[in-house]
Amino acid sequence: MNPRTLPYWLLAPALVFLCVFFLYPFSLVAWQAIATDEGVLTTQYLQRMASHWKFDRALTNTLLLTAAVVPIQLSLALLMATMVSKMNRGRDVVLYIWTIPLGISDLAAGLIWLAIFDQTGFLNSALFGLGMIEQPVTFLGYQNKTTIFVAVMLAEIWRATAIMLVILVAGIGLIPKEYNEAAEVFGAGRWKRFTKVTLPLLKPSLQTALVLRVILAFEVFAVVSALGGTNLPVLMGEVYDWQFKLQDSHIAASYALLILAISIAFTLLIMGLLRTPKGAQTT
Amino acid sequence: MAEINIKNVAKQFGKTHALHSIDMTIKHQEFVVLLGASGCGKTTLLRIIAGLETATSGEVWIGDKRVDGLAPKDRGIAMVFQNYAVFPHLTVYENIAFGLRMAKLSESEVERRVQRTASLMHIEQLLKRYSGQLSGGQRQRVAVSRALAMEPDVILMDEPLSNLDALLRMEMRAELKSVLAESNTTTIYVTHDQVEAMSMADRIAIMDQGQIVQADSPVEIYRNPAAHFVGSFIGNPPMNFLSANNAGNGQWLVGNTTIAGPQSDKPILEFAIRPEDIRVGEGSMTVEVRLLEPLGSHTLLACRLGDTPFRVIVDSDRAVKVGETLAIDPIAERIRWFDPDTQLAL
Amino acid sequence: MSTAGGRVAGNDRLAHWVFIATTVVLCGWVLVPIWLLISNTLSTASEVNSFPKPVVPSLNTENIQFFLTFHGAGNALWNSIQVAFATMIMAISVGAPAGYALSRFDFRGKNAFRVLVLMTRAFPLPLLALPMAILFIRVGLDDTVIGLAIVHTTLALPFAVLITFSLFSGIPIELEEAAWTLGCNRLQAFRKVILPLVLPGLAASAIFAFVISWNEVFAAAVLTIEHRTLPAFLLQSLDDAPLHLKFAGGTMLVLPALIFIFLVRKYLFAMWGIANR
Repeated sequence: MNPRTLPYWLLAPALVFLCVFFLYPFSLVAWQAIATDEGVLTTQYLQRMASHWKFDRALTNTLLLTAAVVPIQLSLALLMATMVSKMNRGRDVVLYIWTIPLGISDLAAGLIWLAIFDQTGFLNSALFGLGMIEQPVTFLGYQNKTTIFVAVMLAEIWRATAIMLVILVAGIGLIPKEYNEAAEVFGAGRWKRFTKVTLPLLKPSLQTALVLRVILAFEVFAVVSALGGTNLPVLMGEVYDWQFKLQDSHIAASYALLILAISIAFTLLIMGLLRTPKGAQTT
Repeated sequence: MAEINIKNVAKQFGKTHALHSIDMTIKHQEFVVLLGASGCGKTTLLRIIAGLETATSGEVWIGDKRVDGLAPKDRGIAMVFQNYAVFPHLTVYENIAFGLRMAKLSESEVERRVQRTASLMHIEQLLKRYSGQLSGGQRQRVAVSRALAMEPDVILMDEPLSNLDALLRMEMRAELKSVLAESNTTTIYVTHDQVEAMSMADRIAIMDQGQIVQADSPVEIYRNPAAHFVGSFIGNPPMNFLSANNAGNGQWLVGNTTIAGPQSDKPILEFAIRPEDIRVGEGSMTVEVRLLEPLGSHTLLACRLGDTPFRVIVDSDRAVKVGETLAIDPIAERIRWFDPDTQLAL
Repeated sequence: MSTAGGRVAGNDRLAHWVFIATTVVLCGWVLVPIWLLISNTLSTASEVNSFPKPVVPSLNTENIQFFLTFHGAGNALWNSIQVAFATMIMAISVGAPAGYALSRFDFRGKNAFRVLVLMTRAFPLPLLALPMAILFIRVGLDDTVIGLAIVHTTLALPFAVLITFSLFSGIPIELEEAAWTLGCNRLQAFRKVILPLVLPGLAASAIFAFVISWNEVFAAAVLTIEHRTLPAFLLQSLDDAPLHLKFAGGTMLVLPALIFIFLVRKYLFAMWGIANR
């Protein structure tokens, strides 16, 4: 086959696939959010979405969860990644254990933490065993919004730190050891080496990790469903409810468009904040 | 007969010209080395001959067959790569047999050829091993065996020794030369190492900026460089170049000495002499010694003639001090002259 | 001098123990919750719903059996496996050629394609389920294994492309070129040289695609009704199913994931290292 056209033939299936099942459907979502079934442009769906009583709470909860979870995950992942880079014996085992949540679905993670926070769960049993309570506490009841929020937070931190960890470990692996050794020779202490050498060189990985993680955080859904049911509305849950329970795909699409918009906005923001100047890359 | 004819071959990558219209004939069983600095186009030319790269224009002939439209497998060539490209998932035996099996040779013929080339390259004891269990030098031997086993008309070698350490390189150089001399093939060998080129080649083609500057026997290249570039590239240290002013009647003023040279109307020529072609302690040219580099058999003096750097090689017995002013006398029949405009030899 | 030296050594030893303790705590942080879920699954239904809980589970399979015979659960498991397999096959067979093209050729539009692939990351892909639900009704793919697998493939495809790109890039092009000079055409060289070398990595990325599909909840819940996958089934029954059924289902979801991550652990970092760029 002609080597000039061969790459295009190889690329064609993926390209077609992405156009038909990615670009086109997303344009449909956008269209559904801003046009009626008859094809008339309208803002009525967006307005109805924004004026619905659960809208503010869903948006706030989603953003709050992201703001609470992502910084903790980033610090935790950085800590774990640096620890891994210092390990010799047992490195493989520890890494395997720490990356296990990577393969666990958000729903399963929700169920795992349900086993802990449920009324008959392990937390209540433990507290009882320690003599701190006499009656089981309903951590996940509608009157305990804060504990639901904390439970979801913990489940999210537990589940999705691994993805950042893997990206950061891979990123640290790409940084030649000589840079750190050079900094040490010039008298930089551990903390200085971390903040002045490792972190700046890790920027591309941090960028990827944050973009991926923040977008996933906006998609939070199954964990919340498992732990909070309808007591903690989030954006993705609203999409699901409007699509299914309320059978209004226009409003569902409006929510989808909103999630899409904040995802893209945050992606651009993170990429802008963590830009590596041209020519300053390691490889 | 595997004479290689390269006619008008040019290669462009986007807007950059990697090769400008190359013409070259390589005789049957000749050993030609393409020599040049990195980026000069030597590897591109080799890959075009192999069929791994397509030329933008021009023709490549091997024997009486035009091959530039053919796939590599149909050109009757074998190639040895810089990183050896020994297949890691196959044993040494299967590596050498790979091409033979593709050619659907009988099992006994495969066996015979593998054994023969393996013993030629002294790797009979390694046949059952995998690439990961071999040293760099051993992999090199496997790569050469694999090429030889094909009994090709042409063997192409792309810097085959550059990943070996110095001692091994010297050993392999001699071995490769003798093995290839017995194998009846035409060889094109790419390197940036001039010692390798000088010691192995029947003919060296010096390449610079996508052009062949000179193609000649090693001694001819060394003694009579066709262009300034060749003189400055070949030889370690390279030739000394000095500007010479026309003093009329074929006399040229170099420094403050008048030297007999070619008849020319040009106001300025370039005078060139190799550092070892200089008698020290006589003559009317003077240089100031700046630095001594004792190299054992001889000592290299880095000097200055006015503002121009000038190197002289003297016997290491001779006592020279830094700062000393030396009288020197370039050996007349070794002096070469270049036209500063065309950069070519006169 | 000696006391100062002793203090430094003491500090080092302390730091060493803090390091080990932190490692152990973080391992516990990951493992203990999983154990709690599994322990719940291995308890009797009455133990799961009792308070306070016994420390050691009674280790019986009553819950698992209950789960497997529960209406729709076995079917859901079977659907999950089918969808994940279909996703795996589609993602690799569509993604690997693209990964190969990106690693081996320079061509016009290469960067545009890379941008398209990377762009998928900035999009909440499960939302694709909404328009697809409508499209699938039109073409008769609604509530089918293959329809859901298509959406899951969209999720897995960018990974498949990037991972196979890094796999192929890790194999020197000279190996292929050597095969060409030794009498192979492109296809033969790929089959005899490249394929054997990338096979383990290809298997790892296939497993990765499998896991992506296996775990996906949102699109599965939106796109299927009769043919629910396991996560969709569990999500739907969150409100009404008894606790021990949820936990048994959760364990069924987690166990394959544990095994799969173990199988692909060697490749995780290589995959993400290259996906960074």
